[in-house]
Amino acid sequence: MSLYADIEKNLGSFKLKVKIEVENETLALLGASGCGKSLSLKCIAGIERPDRGKIVVDGRTLFDSEKGIDLTPQKRRTGLMFQNYALFPNMTVLQNIQAGAKREKDPEKRKSCISAVMDSFGLSELSNHLPYQLSGGQQQRVALARILVSEPDILLLDEPFSALDSHLRFRLERELHQVIQDFGKTVVLVSHDRDEVFRLSDKIAIIKDGQVDRFGLKDEVFRQPGTVNGAILTGCKNISRIEKIDDRRIRALDWGIDLETDQDPKEARSVGIRMHDIRLGDGGRNSFVCRVADVIENPFSYTAMLLPEQAEAASLIGWELEKELWHSVEGEKVSVTLPPESLLLLTE
Amino acid sequence: MDWFPLLNSLRIAGISTVIIFFLGIFAAYYIAKAPRMIKGLLDVILTLPLVLPPTVVGYLLLRVLGPKRIIGAWFLSAFGIKLTMTWWSAIFATTVVIFPLMYRTARGAFESFDETLAWSAKSIGLSNTYIFWRIRMPYCRQGILAGTVLAFARALGEYGATSMIAGYTPGKTATISTTVYQLWRTNDDALAFKWVMVNLAISFVVLLAVNMLEKKSGRGLRKGKAGV
Repeated sequence: MSLYADIEKNLGSFKLKVKIEVENETLALLGASGCGKSLSLKCIAGIERPDRGKIVVDGRTLFDSEKGIDLTPQKRRTGLMFQNYALFPNMTVLQNIQAGAKREKDPEKRKSCISAVMDSFGLSELSNHLPYQLSGGQQQRVALARILVSEPDILLLDEPFSALDSHLRFRLERELHQVIQDFGKTVVLVSHDRDEVFRLSDKIAIIKDGQVDRFGLKDEVFRQPGTVNGAILTGCKNISRIEKIDDRRIRALDWGIDLETDQDPKEARSVGIRMHDIRLGDGGRNSFVCRVADVIENPFSYTAMLLPEQAEAASLIGWELEKELWHSVEGEKVSVTLPPESLLLLTE
Repeated sequence: MDWFPLLNSLRIAGISTVIIFFLGIFAAYYIAKAPRMIKGLLDVILTLPLVLPPTVVGYLLLRVLGPKRIIGAWFLSAFGIKLTMTWWSAIFATTVVIFPLMYRTARGAFESFDETLAWSAKSIGLSNTYIFWRIRMPYCRQGILAGTVLAFARALGEYGATSMIAGYTPGKTATISTTVYQLWRTNDDALAFKWVMVNLAISFVVLLAVNMLEKKSGRGLRKGKAGV
């Protein structure tokens, strides 16, 4: 299975122009709210109609504006799950799942499909419950079961965990991971949570203002987010504008320090460094003595807010480190290193 | 006591409620989807009978259905049927008058519908007809039920337009409301009072039924999204 989608939609002040291509793998659309990631899913599912473009799932054209192809959502076989799970409130768990199996015409086959999925999702005992009687996690299971009995060619998951309490998320994320593995076909996942995205997906597309900012394997995207937006979405909190000095050196304007890089900054306009990538100073390249402006205690770490000593007016750099390490270096001043290989060179 | 007015009122109200149930729902469903300009215009036109005096509605109906007017004359020549002054003429009047009640409550109910239910249903292959009758309607049933009963109650009490288009002929076109007026006019206070009591009893039972239905069907179904 594979997905090819190249879609454009103009909504007045907002323009969606997204192109993605994935094989049998999980793609995460990562972006802030209102960036067009959910809209892209709706276009693939046929709920929204793109102005122009083409959507192909496993060689089957679902939409092609040039050829005038526009399959109904019913014919697309795109299992779309919403963040509220959209269970039919007037139907029991069993009836909800039966509704998903209507495509299968053979009653015997249908029955066995339904009971198989009820078993595998552990829903047999809940079959006569109404959706409002279920916990958030159970609702998600029913929603997934209902989609899977409809035998979709592709799974589209819109913010699957946003309706859940945080203590449930981890367990359900594992469950969903298993479902995705068993499904074995293309899955597109929409989320704004970088941890969730990293754990569940193979590839990531970072979306901003209706456009794909960065598209690639998840490791690459996290290592080289490419843009300021990408860096922020992948969780980088230290970002500074830069001026290029030469092909191995930059001036970080917001931090008031010069940094060495291990590659040519080229068109980069900003630099970022993740809070946990900062190391204790070793006096070597990119080492700086900093004043400690503030210390924030997290459950399992500290975040020290640092001001490079040589800088005049500068914004703070956050350094996240283990509690023990912090206790050993704690003081008014500390020396840190911003390893050149950890610097993210960013455009925009 | 001749019970004809009760029977006549009930059948007129019953038939027009059935008509308006479908008409109102489909108008509400399709107009809710229409472009904004058209929606605004149709909304005004379709709600008009609610605010017009019933006599004005009656007048306008007579202008088109009267035996010498466009539709009325055509029916008379084509089928030999006179559209006014029969018991079922009143159905035209009640239908027009109660339409906005059904249309507006149904539209309000449809607008509160969670569209993600319909989208999810489509994505798992359910037909639009199935979605409408098995998901959308049950979800909106409280509003639709309320609209239907209100429409029925209003139809039962319709006087102005009915008296103009169907008149008052005892045993033929008399309804409860026209009978009460007639009895009062002829100083038959005792009988008028009896009919008033009948009317009160029916209205009371109808509204009681709505309340009980709402309590029974409304339990739980739409509580919170993800009760953890």
